[in-house]
This record gives sequence, C-alpha cells and structure tokens, in this order.
Amino acid sequence: MVQVTSPAFKQNAARALADPGLQKALGKAKGAFLQRRADAVERLPEFERLRDIGRDIKNHTLANLDFYLETFAANVERAGGKVHWCSTAEDARNAVLEICRKAGAKTVTKGKSMISEEMALNDHLEAHGIVPVETDLGEYIIQLRQEHPSHIIAPAFHLNREDWEADFRRMHTDLPADRVFNERRDILAEARTKLRQKFLAADVGITGANFLIAETGSSVIVTNEGNGDLTQTLPRVHIALASIEKVVPTLEDATSLLRLLARSATGQDFSVYTTFSTGVRREGDLDGPEEYHVILLDNGRSNMVGTEFQEMLRCIRCAACMNHCPVYGVTGGHAYGWVYPGPMGSVLTPTLVGVDKAGHLPNASTFCGRCESVCPVKIPLPKLMRHWREREFERHLTPATARSNLALWAWFAKRPALYRAATRAAIGTLGLLARGKGAFKAMPLAGGWTKGRDLPAPEPGGTFMARYAKARRNGR
Amino acid sequence: MSREAILGAIRRGLKRGPLPADQAAMLNGRLASHPRHLIPARSRVPRAEQIALFVRNVEKEFGTVERIPDLAAVPAAITDYLAAQNLPARIVMAPHPELEGIDWSSRPMLEREARRAQDGDQVSLQHAWAGVAETGTLFFPSDPVRPATLNLLPDTEIVLLRASAIVGAYEEAWDRLRAERKDTLTGGWMPRNLMLVTGPSRSADIEQTLELGAHGPRRLHVLLVEDEPAAQPGG
Repeated sequence: MVQVTSPAFKQNAARALADPGLQKALGKAKGAFLQRRADAVERLPEFERLRDIGRDIKNHTLANLDFYLETFAANVERAGGKVHWCSTAEDARNAVLEICRKAGAKTVTKGKSMISEEMALNDHLEAHGIVPVETDLGEYIIQLRQEHPSHIIAPAFHLNREDWEADFRRMHTDLPADRVFNERRDILAEARTKLRQKFLAADVGITGANFLIAETGSSVIVTNEGNGDLTQTLPRVHIALASIEKVVPTLEDATSLLRLLARSATGQDFSVYTTFSTGVRREGDLDGPEEYHVILLDNGRSNMVGTEFQEMLRCIRCAACMNHCPVYGVTGGHAYGWVYPGPMGSVLTPTLVGVDKAGHLPNASTFCGRCESVCPVKIPLPKLMRHWREREFERHLTPATARSNLALWAWFAKRPALYRAATRAAIGTLGLLARGKGAFKAMPLAGGWTKGRDLPAPEPGGTFMARYAKARRNGR
Repeated sequence: MSREAILGAIRRGLKRGPLPADQAAMLNGRLASHPRHLIPARSRVPRAEQIALFVRNVEKEFGTVERIPDLAAVPAAITDYLAAQNLPARIVMAPHPELEGIDWSSRPMLEREARRAQDGDQVSLQHAWAGVAETGTLFFPSDPVRPATLNLLPDTEIVLLRASAIVGAYEEAWDRLRAERKDTLTGGWMPRNLMLVTGPSRSADIEQTLELGAHGPRRLHVLLVEDEPAAQPGG
C-alpha cells in the first residue's frame, strides 16, 4: 500500500503553505477549473435535474450491487473475458502479476488509474522485474519524479512548466541537451514521441475504468489524450482495474452519468475519448487484445454498504469537490497523505486506511459546503465528514486539549444566560482590540490556527443574538 | 473465495441474502428495457438544425467539417485537404465496403492502403458508424472493416460520415446499435471496442492549459456526405 502520511496532515499542510512553487501552481490552476465547469453547466439547462438522476441511478445500483456485479461478470465471461474478484489490494496486485507473468511481459503500459495507486501496483510490478510505464502525460512526469498524483484527474496539478522542462532534460538524456522548450506544446510533443515507442513495445496494457456496464459486460474509460486507448488496443493483453462501485446497470444509465462527468471534471461537454471495451478480439478483427481481464477490487468498500458512508460509493471521481475546496486550494493534494485528496478523500481515506490514521482529514474542512453543492451525484460530503469527526471523538482519538476545550464550550452552551454573557464580553473585547482592522493576523493561544488563516474581527453591534433581538425590536 | 466474500459482505450490508427471484426478475426486466432518463432538449430540433448542431459541436471541439454532396466527391476532397495541410498524398484506410466502393480513379496520385494502422502512418481515412449532434461525437464500433487503430496512431484522422447517420442524442445511437448489430462471439450487439470520439486528442496536464495533439490524432477532419435531402439547409 502507498505509505500513508495522513496522520501528519497538519505538518504536511504547513509545509505546503510555505512552498512557493506549489502555491504558484495552485494559484494558476484553481480558477481555470471553476470557470470551465461553470460555463459547461450554464450551457446545459438540465444539469441540476441530471444531478438528481445521477444520484438515483447510483442509489438503485448500490441497493442491488450484488446482482449487478454478478450480471456484469457473467457478461464479461460471455465475451471471452475473465473477472478476478479481489477482496484486498494484495489480492489484486497478485492477480495482475500472475496475468503479466503468464503473458511473459517485460513492459506494461498503463492508462491513468487511481485504483492502481490504491494498490501501489507499480512498486509491486517493479519488484518482480516488470517495467510499468505510465502513459497519461501527468502520470508520466509523476513517475519520472517518483512522486504520487496530487489530484485525481490532474496528477501533476502541483507542477509548473519549469518543473516539466527540468525533469524532461534530466530524464531524456538521449535527446540533444540544447533543445528548446518555448511552449507547452514542445513538452507535449517530446512526451508523445517518447511514449509512442513504449505503446508499441508493451506486452500488457493496464487501464482503469470509469464505469462497468452490467448489461454488456463492458469497461469504460474516459480520456482526452488517447493514451488509455493506445494502452488497451495495442498490447496482446488488456487488464482493466476497477473497484466494485463502478458498476452501473445499462448504457442509458452510463450515458446520464457521462453527461455529468466531463462537465463536472474539466468543464468539457464530453471528453475526447469515451471507450467501451467488451471482451477479446473478435474473429476477423485486425486489431485489439486477445485477452481481456477485469480486476474487481473491494478493498473495504463492501463494508460501507448499509452504513452512513454508503453514499460515498456514488462517487464518480470527477474531482469537482477538490477543485472547489478552499482547503485543497491552499494545501494541494499531497498534504492529505494518501491516494485520494480533497473532500472525497477526507471521507474515503478513513474508510480505507482507518480513522486512527486519517482522522485529521475530516477536520481539514471549513464546512463551507461548496463540495456538496457541485457534486454531480449529490454526496453530502460535509455530513459524512461530520460522521467521521463524531467517530473520532467517540474513539477518543481527538487530542486532549481539543476535548477539554469542547467540554468547556459544552458547559457554557448548556447554560444560555451565562453563554450569552460570556460571548458578549468576548465579542466586545475582540472588537476593541481589532479597532477597525477587520481581521487578526495572530491570536494568543491560537497561533497554530492563525498561522494559515486570519481571524475576522467582530463587527460592531454585539453578538448575533443581540443583533437579532435588536432587529426584531425594530420590526425588520 | 473472494467472490463469495465480497458478495456476502454486500448482502450483509443490505441486510438480506441473494435477491429473491421476483426482485431479480424485476431487475432483469430493467436491464432488458434499459429505460431512458432525461435527454437534454438541445438536440430535440428539426433535422437540418440537428445536423448543423453536430457540425457546430465538432468545430467547437477543434475538429473540422467539410460538407460534400456524395461519395464521388471524396477523392477530390481528401487530396485537396492533404495539399492544404502540406501532407503527403498517402492514406491508410478502413477496409470498409463503402470506402472501397468509391471510384478513386479521378485522383490516381493518392496512394491508398486498406488495413489497420501502424506506427509511422500519417493520415487515416475511417468510416464513422454514427454521429451524435448533442456533443459532436463520432461512434466507431470496431469490427473487421473498422479497425480501432485508425482512430489512434495517425497524426491526422479523416472521417467519412453520412448525414443520415447523425442522431440527436446518444440514446438514439444505442437503440440503433441494438437493432442493427450482431456480435459474432456473444450473440449480443456490443462490439469488442466502441470508441466515442469528440474532437482531436488533447491534454491539459501542463498547468491545466489545453494543448492539442497528445497521443492520438492532432487533427480530426469530418467529410460529411449530404445524403439526406430533407436535411439540406432550406430543404
């Protein structure tokens, strides 16, 4: 498994805030995603209704998940493919390795897959003498840098053009050292040339899957580059990695979700390549793989069914939640310390690696609710994060100071008169101290909190309760 | 065994055993009837506007479209396009009867090979099975006369599409696929590979800024055969 550094979220975040290169990359990228999504939604007046439909399709599927998985598997086998049911990441790694060994594979090309990250597949293949080659442009540079993706659809979200250029010069030493990278497209062209030979030489191609279709036994990938298609079309063996919640009943169901996916993710009406793979090369076909395998990974997800976290299994991995998250926007993805960052990661990671390790993540939220408001399948992410906070508190994983402060607050909150008097005094004092500055840069006893944020100063006019009462008296 | 463990855990979560027969029958009915959901209104327009919407959407996604009157106009359209792009007069084309049936004798200098694509091929001519107006998306079901590599390896992909093969929404293409195709292996209708292509290849992985020409074709050029009199503008 990828090393989990989520317990160090606070230190990770502090480091991220102090990293000028990262802050530059985040600052540049953030706005682009938001505007593109907003424009795409604007162009489709039915978008909001489609979100309800997307939610309902996923809920229907999850309520009958066993049935649809069995139907999917039967249809894969009818088309000459094989389904490998894997309870754990280790099972899945071993299944992939066995297929590669049987195929006599030396190199495998890979399309982008977060399940592969979850399985730490590359390390496993390398340890057994098989060379994995990431072919998605973002994943490719991440592999050159020996890093992990910082975003689920834009793996190199944290990098600037200078980083790309430096890494390409460092790693592609067979090319003339004095070559010029004037434009982003020069970087793209070099990667295209380098990877084309890898596509042609690979013995096995491994992709992820955005959807599995029960009706037809198909795996679906959605990409813009075409690397996923080259990966699954050219080698003799195609392996699709998918987790169990990716299944949907029919093509019509997948279609409705596809209308949501690209718009929510990149703000495109539709991605460039949406490809359905169903079984093995047919008689007379001039191309396509002779073997087709689906790795069906559970890795703890079946235990979410029937719990308050079942709603998380609706996620279609569009990344809208992290694109709109103010916390992700300043820390980037690596701070979250495991495979899935942002709000969806804050809910999913504790389920998959344990709340003892990832308990900080549900706390890394301002509860502003933007993630829920843009989620294409309406996952109540803030509510689910709150569930984790409750569990963390119940299991006494919250630090002692936080617990004692909460207890103090609760003592006041249960005594309204005292509570109002105390808050009135506090607000008055803060207001005086602020003297019209609008915000505090630092606070005694709260240095950790104000290091990354400003505390807004109270506006004149007293507490909310006092102002509310006054407004009522004035008939407003 | 993992399969039983996974299914068992799901059923425990759902607080039931395997689905009772009547409920399974209901779900099989849903699979067989594959109900449609909401279809956006944008493609529910008169025929000529539907085709115009398709063209607009291909162009919005950085593809190009040339309307031609019939298949006889294909050789001239291709040679002119290649000359305008400074590309050699050489194509690898799908061994599709409709393409092979074209009279190519008017352009003897255009070299043609009917096969799958290989590394080094610069231009392909592919046959589109359908177009979807809603997003300007082309449907390429793989079969012996439509190899998928033609959509992937060449730098430039030229696509022949009949206007009569344009539908409004994806759902209409699914229905056509179910009605018209027969898969030799499964007895069903889903091909091994079905590519839905919307514009030329691109990436935004460098600083989240769009650049065309990632791993697939850098150019996508659609030759739209106006074989449908009712769909002509004003017709």
